[in-house]
Amino acid sequence: MHPVVKTVLERLGLGLATLFFVSIIIFSAIEMLPGDFGQAILGQAALPETVAAFRQELGLDKPAYIRYFDWALGAIQGDLGTSFSGRNASGADRSAEVVDKIAPRLWNTLFLASMAALIAVPLSLILGILTALYRNSFFDRSVNTATLTTISFPEFFVAYILILFFASLNQIFPSLANVDPDTNFGERIYRTALPAFTLTLVIVAHMMRMTRAAIINLLASPYIQMAKLSGASQTEIILKHALPNAWAPIATVIAFNLAYLVVGVVVVEVVFVYPGVGQLMVDAVRTRDIPVVQGCALIFAVTYILLNLIADIIGIVTNPRLLHPK
Amino acid sequence: MKDKFIKAQQEKLTLGAIDRRQFMTSAIAAGIAIPTALSLASDAIAATPKKGGKFRMGLGHGSTTDTLDSGTSENHFTLVNGYTFGNHLTEINNEGKLVGELAETFESDDGKTWVFNLRKGVEFHNGKTMTSEDVLASYEHHMGEKSTSAAKGSLSPVKSIKADGKYKVIMELDSPDTDFPYIVSDYHISIRPAGDMTSGVGTGGYIVQSFEPGVKSVLKRNPNYWKEGAAHFDEVELLSIVDPNARQTALISGEIDAMDRVDLKTINLMKRNPNINIMQATGTAHYTFPMRLNVDPFGDYDLRMALKWAVDRQELVDKILLGYGAVGNDIPIGTANYFHNSDLPQREFDADKAAFHYKKSGHSGKIQLSAADAAFAGAVDAAQLMANSAKKAGIDIEVIREPNDGYWSNVWNNDAKGWCACYWGGRPAETMMFSAAYVAESKWNDTMWKTTDSAVKFNQLVKDARKELDESKKRDILYECQRLIYDDGGLLCPLFNSYVSANSKKIAHGKIAANWDSDGAKCVERWWFA
Repeated sequence: MHPVVKTVLERLGLGLATLFFVSIIIFSAIEMLPGDFGQAILGQAALPETVAAFRQELGLDKPAYIRYFDWALGAIQGDLGTSFSGRNASGADRSAEVVDKIAPRLWNTLFLASMAALIAVPLSLILGILTALYRNSFFDRSVNTATLTTISFPEFFVAYILILFFASLNQIFPSLANVDPDTNFGERIYRTALPAFTLTLVIVAHMMRMTRAAIINLLASPYIQMAKLSGASQTEIILKHALPNAWAPIATVIAFNLAYLVVGVVVVEVVFVYPGVGQLMVDAVRTRDIPVVQGCALIFAVTYILLNLIADIIGIVTNPRLLHPK
Repeated sequence: MKDKFIKAQQEKLTLGAIDRRQFMTSAIAAGIAIPTALSLASDAIAATPKKGGKFRMGLGHGSTTDTLDSGTSENHFTLVNGYTFGNHLTEINNEGKLVGELAETFESDDGKTWVFNLRKGVEFHNGKTMTSEDVLASYEHHMGEKSTSAAKGSLSPVKSIKADGKYKVIMELDSPDTDFPYIVSDYHISIRPAGDMTSGVGTGGYIVQSFEPGVKSVLKRNPNYWKEGAAHFDEVELLSIVDPNARQTALISGEIDAMDRVDLKTINLMKRNPNINIMQATGTAHYTFPMRLNVDPFGDYDLRMALKWAVDRQELVDKILLGYGAVGNDIPIGTANYFHNSDLPQREFDADKAAFHYKKSGHSGKIQLSAADAAFAGAVDAAQLMANSAKKAGIDIEVIREPNDGYWSNVWNNDAKGWCACYWGGRPAETMMFSAAYVAESKWNDTMWKTTDSAVKFNQLVKDARKELDESKKRDILYECQRLIYDDGGLLCPLFNSYVSANSKKIAHGKIAANWDSDGAKCVERWWFA
């Protein structure tokens, strides 16, 4: 078997094992949450009888390990269970499947994440390469200062500043990114512009500096010196000789930031009133809607594992030494 | 005399009985300067509702677990949404008065058997005609043994409910309650068609087009709405915008027309905007610090009294509510209530009285006060301020900051904590407020004020008040009930908070109700575009 295929398969196996452990951790962590759904949903108005009616109906009286296996087996088949909210003992059951609840919001989150990534990833790669090329110049220093400034501010602050300049003082973009399934594509892009810019500003520095550092690091190695001596231009050296060897660390950082775009943008969602999956999970934790919390956590775990797996694979397949074994 | 005449002329102008010129002539004849007369005329015209437009409102609540089932409605988003597409047997109008809604009239001879005569010709959004069958089904939804409705408690006095023909519903209570018609106006008890309690089909002025929990609710006007002079907008979009800054930016940039819960810290900036109106309504909502009598040391009368005198209420109004509210007087009944006891002297900070009672109680050491901002915004700060003022009277209060999460199950109304922060939305009728949290059998009796002589007397008086049909006798009883809580109760109520909201100047409305935020949560059916 080709060593690349073997390594990729190994990584896949490890990914699955990680997922299994993560599912156990998610389940036990949620088991340990205090309070319960009935109390959370009824707030001040919860009476013991009403709460008991809820618990019995939701099957929370069964032992934990049975509930875990029910959930895990369902999850393997793509069934994440039924949300607790919307249930009613005396009327029709209008509770939604967790999958149906998460799907439209996950789509929104992925849309915003891809939009931010489409701007941020090429931007940071280009900036990273350019700053490596013209390192220690005035351009290098100003790009570094600017990106470090935007990453140093908390997201909500960046968001408010953008709202102030682009939605409040000059009404160029809307301050509310409240899209729904009927919003058409163009409108969707227009509405999510400000949140996408915010996220771009927050993640560019990390990826750009990693690209720059990885390339500069390689520029000191003997084979680059060799290329230089053979008369290759600076651009050629960086794009043809340095970059191929720098993909592994860059891919890891990009994967890390993409994962962050999917799982960690609750604050931006709240500020721009964007119906993403982060807000769904926060609400679900607050009201102890356990199936939804578990579903979200599992999807987040899968996102992390998958993106890191892809970064690993990119690192492996772009590594000239692995690609051309002796 | 002159005011009365002008008012009558204004009404005629509104109704179209006279035109603007005639109004001006009569106003000038009555000795009113021309500019004043002009503005009087436009006031009257602005007050005439106009149809049309798309109303977009940003609300500071809403969660992905919200539903269209009124039984689990618990936040202001579901409340406003519920009142927009649904009706109830009775309603509180914008003057704070109880009137019939789906029940055209209601009556009782003894306060025990209540007859609701239903309005005829009311249609649900699905075309079905509303009859007693639907009312019965809607009530059973909240009353069954297995019901998960939050209104289960308030409907527990209902012993039986039956229909008498298609348009009459008779409810039998286990004990008389002359304020029972107030209970049926509760936002939980919405009338829905039999067999469909949860899909959002109602009889209201707007029909739900789409509902996305925690995001928005889109509605359009019900062309067959039975209520006259209501539901003026063509389309409505209710948006859940929990972040106050996002809500305010949306209003300023014109993306929404109205919002609730203005952030008081930035209200002065909002006021400077020429296109925005700020509205304030002080109603029945109040912030409390209930002391549990069954937990030491709060069983002691003098200790409770010491703490009641040790609070600088005005300071709390100024610093916690930034002036948007009123001082409380340790009774859960506000000035907006009809039978508010105004004879009780207002309690103020008095270090001497506090020290006197504290000494008499013989208590020493720290008194723990639990607070979290889940109780109300600024609860922890309020507790700190109370600890500061109490120090001047030699009382040592230790403020314990509790987590927001789980506050209502682990801290409030829990014997583990003797004293904590809490809020109440208040109730339109005095006996309702007492039943909610002060009578002995209430599950929400967060002061556990049950066994003292005054409490026993209070419980008897509340029963008497419920039976009383004579208004002046009822007033005497309710005044005495309030005095008993004021003197002996475990309630420390320093604040009545105002509802502060903002809207675009394009919006017009009549008098604003104070029983809930957003014009009694009925702004959508009451407001219009000027």
